[in-house]
Amino acid sequence: MNNDTLIPLIGVVTDIRQDTPDVKTFRVNAIEGGKVFEHMPGQCAMLSIPGVGEGMFSITSSPTNKEFMEFSIKKCGCLTTWLHAMDVGQQITIRGPYGNYFPVETNLKGKDLLFIAGGIGLAPLRSVINYVRDNRANYGDVQIIYGSRSKDDLVDYQEIIDEWQADSNIQVNLTIDREQEGWDGHVGFVPNYVKELNPSTSKTVLVCGPPIMIKFTLTGLKELGFTETQVYTTMELRMKCGVGKCGRCNIGNKYVCKDGPVFRFDQLGELPDEY
Amino acid sequence: MLKISTDKLNSLFDAISAKQTLYITVDNENGSAEYKKYESGMTLSKSLNTVRSAKDFFFPQTENLADFKVEGKNIEVIDVREESEDFVVFGVRACDARSFTILDKVFLSEPVDSYYKNRREHGTIVTMACTKPAETCFCTAFGIDPTVPEGDVAVFFDGENYFFLERTEKGEKFIASISDMLEDGDTSKLNEVQEKARDIMKKLPLANLSTKSFGGERLMEHFNSEKWAELSESCLGCGTCTFVCPTCQCYDIRDFNTGHGIKRFRCWDSCMYSDFTKMAHGNSRNSQLERFRQRFMHKLVYFPANNNGEFGCVGCGRCLSKCPVSMNIVKVMKALEDK
Repeated sequence: MNNDTLIPLIGVVTDIRQDTPDVKTFRVNAIEGGKVFEHMPGQCAMLSIPGVGEGMFSITSSPTNKEFMEFSIKKCGCLTTWLHAMDVGQQITIRGPYGNYFPVETNLKGKDLLFIAGGIGLAPLRSVINYVRDNRANYGDVQIIYGSRSKDDLVDYQEIIDEWQADSNIQVNLTIDREQEGWDGHVGFVPNYVKELNPSTSKTVLVCGPPIMIKFTLTGLKELGFTETQVYTTMELRMKCGVGKCGRCNIGNKYVCKDGPVFRFDQLGELPDEY
Repeated sequence: MLKISTDKLNSLFDAISAKQTLYITVDNENGSAEYKKYESGMTLSKSLNTVRSAKDFFFPQTENLADFKVEGKNIEVIDVREESEDFVVFGVRACDARSFTILDKVFLSEPVDSYYKNRREHGTIVTMACTKPAETCFCTAFGIDPTVPEGDVAVFFDGENYFFLERTEKGEKFIASISDMLEDGDTSKLNEVQEKARDIMKKLPLANLSTKSFGGERLMEHFNSEKWAELSESCLGCGTCTFVCPTCQCYDIRDFNTGHGIKRFRCWDSCMYSDFTKMAHGNSRNSQLERFRQRFMHKLVYFPANNNGEFGCVGCGRCLSKCPVSMNIVKVMKALEDK
């Protein structure tokens, strides 16, 4: 009998990093070491704790990382609360990779890139950012605009400070929603900060964050002269199967798990506004 | 055409069920038809169709996908799949027979669903031509001829004899395996019966239902129609339509801790339910209007958009007779169609 995508593999949690008060980043390896499977930046995986539930999460590590996969997960529901209670050494089930990916080897190649992220929305973009950093010669200018509620809510803050900001080939602009002691950086919402920074319209944009942030960021980008065809995002809807059959993540004739999660805004414009 | 007379039908069922599991349509004590595993003495239902569709044979309402053993921090995945036995389903109507080809497009497209495929490969579908279509029938709107149903073998009843026509290679083998019980028959009376059935069909209340206003190319237009508010107003969100529907295939996956291991199940689900799309951070279809619209848009617009214009409905009429508020796909089609 053929193997079935609904039957998961086993992964081991080999490291847990408390990134923010409600986000932890989990490192996952195969039992025998190495990665459970390969993926491309923007793809997702179904993680589960048997008896609790299964959920779709973006793979936040870059495929250029040959040792392990990472998942940055915000504690907000039943399964994620369980995941947050795990200790190193815990096994989980994992299946994937699912969905399409950011076109890093086609449309994005040779382009100036602008990453815009809000809160946990950095998780799927981090995979692309590190992929681009590891293949730096293939891309033009790289700018990252990232904001969160507070300094403590910036996911992967240490990597941003130690690696991204230290990289002279990358421009990093951080912002937090409200003034905070010990923060001398920019204060304000991401969409406004984008407009203030007035990035060149030559850039291709990859945006991810809360729906309301994405909405106002897109409006701002259009005011600056960007077109929908140069802005990519990644979507999240409820999923059970991950292969376009269970019917949950259906928007129009597309399935986010299979035809997405990465969409360009002109493609989303052809679909019902049901996300 | 090879045939068997009515009085010998049960001896044929006995012979088939001696070799493989046989399911036939039977009347239950309430007078409605259902599929049952054949046991000697059972008689074939004379009802037009079963209350539940035949999709259970390939896509059961509940099925065990995998088991898990959890010990401390370790998890073991147990593959519970078993090779299905060969089985025969006798008495499937043309509408349900077509529903299998629609379900095939979902479950047999890549990545193939091995649970479904396994049963599909081991099942032989023996269909039964309709002689008296009901007022809720509208399969002809979807290009189905109920007098010559699809399936592996089509069976025609002329009032006295059952005639067998092979429609696939699997069906040919099936007829060969029972040919010693069949004899050559005169089909002249059969043609009369078919003509009569076609006459009834032409006069059915839904005979002129048209699909020409629907299809993938009118996605946004139908989605944005103002008629959805009125159409969905009475919907209770009970999901009965999806459960009796032969083509509805949305499912849920859930785990149950039995106390001695964890079982993962796949169960039918319904886009009509409020928690179908609910996530920790919100719901993409908050109102019953959106959920109602999703079901009909999927069958009339989204499915054909992805499947060369084929619709996700077979016109069996079950949702017409079962909806507690008398709302159904026909009313939706009539409200949205070009006037």
